[in-house]
Amino acid sequence: MRYLPLNPADRQAMLATIGAPDIDALFADVPEEARLDGPIEGLPGHASEMAVERAMGAMARKNLSAGDAPFFIGCGAYRHHIPASVDHLIQRGEFLTSYTPYQPEIAQGTLQALFEFQTQVARLYGCEVANASMYDGSTACWEAIAMARRVTRRGKAILSAGLHPHYVSVAQTMARFTGDVIDSALPDLTEGAPGDDSARLFAAIDEDTSCVVVQYPNVLGHIGDLSELAARCHEKKALLIAVVPEPVALGLIRSPGEMDADIVVGEGQSLGVGLNFGGPYVGLFACREKHVRQMPGRIAGETVDAAGKRGFVLTLSTREQHIRREKATSNICTNAGLCALAFSVHMTLLGEKGLRDLAALNHAKAVRAATRLANVPGVELVNGPFFNEFTLRLTEEARPVLRALADRGVLGGVSLGRLYPDGDGRENGLVVAVTETNTQDDVVAYAAALEEVMA
Amino acid sequence: MSMLNEGRPTRPIEAEPDTAADTFTGNRALMIDEPLVFEIGDTDQCGVDFDEAPEGESRIGGLERNRPIGLAGLSEPQTVRHYTRLSRQNYAIDLGLFPLGSCTMKHNPRLDEKIARLPGFADLHPLQPVDTLQGAFEVIYELAVWLMKLTGMYGVAMSPKAGAHGELCGILAIRSALEARGDMREVVLVPESAHGTNPATAAFAGYRVENIPATAEGRVDLEALKARLGPDVAALMITNPNTCGLFEREMKAISDAVHAAGAFVYCDGANFNAIVGKVRPGDLGVDAMHINLHKTFSTPHGGGGPGSGPVVLSEELSAYGPLPFVAKQRDGSFRLIEEENAAEIHPHGFGRMAAFHGQMGMFTRALAYILSHGADGLRQVAEDAVLNANYILRSLEDVLDAPFAASGPCMHEAVFSDAGFAEGLTTLDVAKGLIDEGYHPMTMYFPLVVHGAMLVEPTETESKGTLDTFIGALRSVAERAKAGDESLHAAPVFAPRRRLDETAAARNPVLVWKETEQAEAAE
Repeated sequence: MRYLPLNPADRQAMLATIGAPDIDALFADVPEEARLDGPIEGLPGHASEMAVERAMGAMARKNLSAGDAPFFIGCGAYRHHIPASVDHLIQRGEFLTSYTPYQPEIAQGTLQALFEFQTQVARLYGCEVANASMYDGSTACWEAIAMARRVTRRGKAILSAGLHPHYVSVAQTMARFTGDVIDSALPDLTEGAPGDDSARLFAAIDEDTSCVVVQYPNVLGHIGDLSELAARCHEKKALLIAVVPEPVALGLIRSPGEMDADIVVGEGQSLGVGLNFGGPYVGLFACREKHVRQMPGRIAGETVDAAGKRGFVLTLSTREQHIRREKATSNICTNAGLCALAFSVHMTLLGEKGLRDLAALNHAKAVRAATRLANVPGVELVNGPFFNEFTLRLTEEARPVLRALADRGVLGGVSLGRLYPDGDGRENGLVVAVTETNTQDDVVAYAAALEEVMA
Repeated sequence: MSMLNEGRPTRPIEAEPDTAADTFTGNRALMIDEPLVFEIGDTDQCGVDFDEAPEGESRIGGLERNRPIGLAGLSEPQTVRHYTRLSRQNYAIDLGLFPLGSCTMKHNPRLDEKIARLPGFADLHPLQPVDTLQGAFEVIYELAVWLMKLTGMYGVAMSPKAGAHGELCGILAIRSALEARGDMREVVLVPESAHGTNPATAAFAGYRVENIPATAEGRVDLEALKARLGPDVAALMITNPNTCGLFEREMKAISDAVHAAGAFVYCDGANFNAIVGKVRPGDLGVDAMHINLHKTFSTPHGGGGPGSGPVVLSEELSAYGPLPFVAKQRDGSFRLIEEENAAEIHPHGFGRMAAFHGQMGMFTRALAYILSHGADGLRQVAEDAVLNANYILRSLEDVLDAPFAASGPCMHEAVFSDAGFAEGLTTLDVAKGLIDEGYHPMTMYFPLVVHGAMLVEPTETESKGTLDTFIGALRSVAERAKAGDESLHAAPVFAPRRRLDETAAARNPVLVWKETEQAEAAE
């Protein structure tokens, strides 16, 4: 077995040192009736690298990968080009095969990278501080709601209709057990501002409200100024939580922090991480400095060593489970370390100029695609302002249309009927994402296929 | 090409060994300090080239950024150098033995990295039409089958993102099952040796946490447990093998007592690597257990994640598991059960724990690891891990206090205490001394039930030769601690940094870099 260095002679010699007659003697504390006397039946034995590659490769080939089709799917996960050096760097064994940096003297690489990551996230979001990452955007969103409860000591969270329905589901699941009240709504395909329910949010904020959660850009691609919402929240001493599904957007549009959001969270998968069929991803989490002791998750901080040299450590760990146990701010132990590193390397390669160029390219391509697709008979663009994702309203149900597009080799977006099974007019909605990876040929192919299917 | 040696000294000139001058850079040969990216980069510097953006109107509704972001960039060569230099300041399993107890730092096969990067896995979107994803569902299903068979359990929830998330999943399923019985229980019992995530999870799920004491031999006190069980107890969260490195001999009696009281047994599966292929937790009365794929099935720890924490469940609890999940149909194809069809197929599920399908990138790696080892290899993994740990325990018990040495063989990890260290010398000193010997230290001060605990987990990855050298190093450092060698307080002296001031970091948190720092430093 290629991964196991002990040979039979080693094992015998070690058993002799231990004073055990055989390996079973070391399992003597396992009740005899529960001990298995051989490999579990019905499961295959060990296999060579070649055999495993063959078996796994066969499964991989049964999927249609995004790179093999004109690809326009978004809704919380975006396909961007990742520079080759990102994956090379995160595969360095010193990053890939290290642990949570509990021994800072021999983990400065990870710790400094996390400190840089926190700085990048805080600046991108327009916030004062950020943590060292969360599992993903959806769990970061829930953790923000839980943090708002701790800060305000109130239990009602108002969720915008434009928040990704999976994120809403996660919050509803958790709130059932924590006792938080979740006030949510389904989005309308309002002309010019789909999913924007500011009026509802304004009316709902009261003295029991811990937070309002709004997505930016929202799940239907709409973008709107959050400043008034922030002011209305603060009037009632509630927090504004902004959820950013697409970090690239903030290379072009104003950050939620600039518009006075108190907590900004989001998905970081767009930079460095890739699609990965939904995970692992990286949750980003930033807030005001005055609330930092209520922030969940790992945090890296700057300090000095015994010789006076600058160094970094995990800090404020008195919030965390391994110290506080049942009184911790969260039960989270790991973050998404390697994905955070991938995000950070990609962001370093981009820098501010690159991020702005990337965002501008995404927007320009999306505008061009939206214009072209809206020219297809039976298709109309619902959005006013948007970044790289927009909603089309078809004259028929979108789901079968997408199915027919897939048969023509085009992955055309996400049907709202899948995200919101209860219909109510949403089933004709189709959310389309366009990134720098989409060529003009992709758009032409999409439009042609859509014309054919809608005819 | 040849090098001209004529006139060039080829033998070192004798010099005093300790006369190394301070260097101009502050670097020490291969040990190169690296500034922050914000100190060397520039907002105009970029390591990526883009196609020209097409001409066209802007449609962002007047939301242009109105101030700079402040993101420093680097060209590609600068970026590669920056992160390569940082990487060299990390210890890693690729460099050597990483005996961090309870964390299971074993070799990460590179095949698994290659498999996870196949475009047919890595370049899939979670919301693609389901018939373009049959191979992805097959991976999830195959891995699920392995996990169920290895644990002897009825079902498995694949979506939890990490071990603690899996704990939460299990506890939520238990709470749902109790609620469905109309039985509102309030307390979760946790042995005092448990991982901190256990009480934190129970509290997060709305339970009050009470501790159960351990016996002197390091196992759960069954009589104390029985005395505490009652109609208010929802579950026992137990770790087996436990954090003292021992198998809970009375696990079946513990489970029976918990079930007799109408409660559930949650097992923290962090230590499953010690028994995989040897014992099935389902045979011991466990109702729910998470499996850290990054421990038992060796997906890389990555400097603190991403993890993955599938939860195996009993038949009763499976009815309450989260969405979404994959089901195999009669014709062999796979179906995704999510909100739109859950009412019909999975009506009692407690809902979604995270967007999308869980940690696919970890599933592909874990399945490659499992297929590589097979049922026989996984059993060998457990045996070698336990053998290595016992070898360390018995090789060091003469020099280090092993509080549970008489409690039977250890499982995959051995625990030592600081008893016998000279006045003023601590577990921390020994740990830092090990750094100078070229090792990552063991887990310190955990489990909490042992004073100055040192928890050593070698895993099956280590050869006898590696273990012998490590044993020699730990013996040497332990002897220094017992002899009162005060120089250990200064350790590490050969690492990239000396001991760091964690108190100052927490008292005055500096969590992001600010330009003013640089300006002040220049003054």
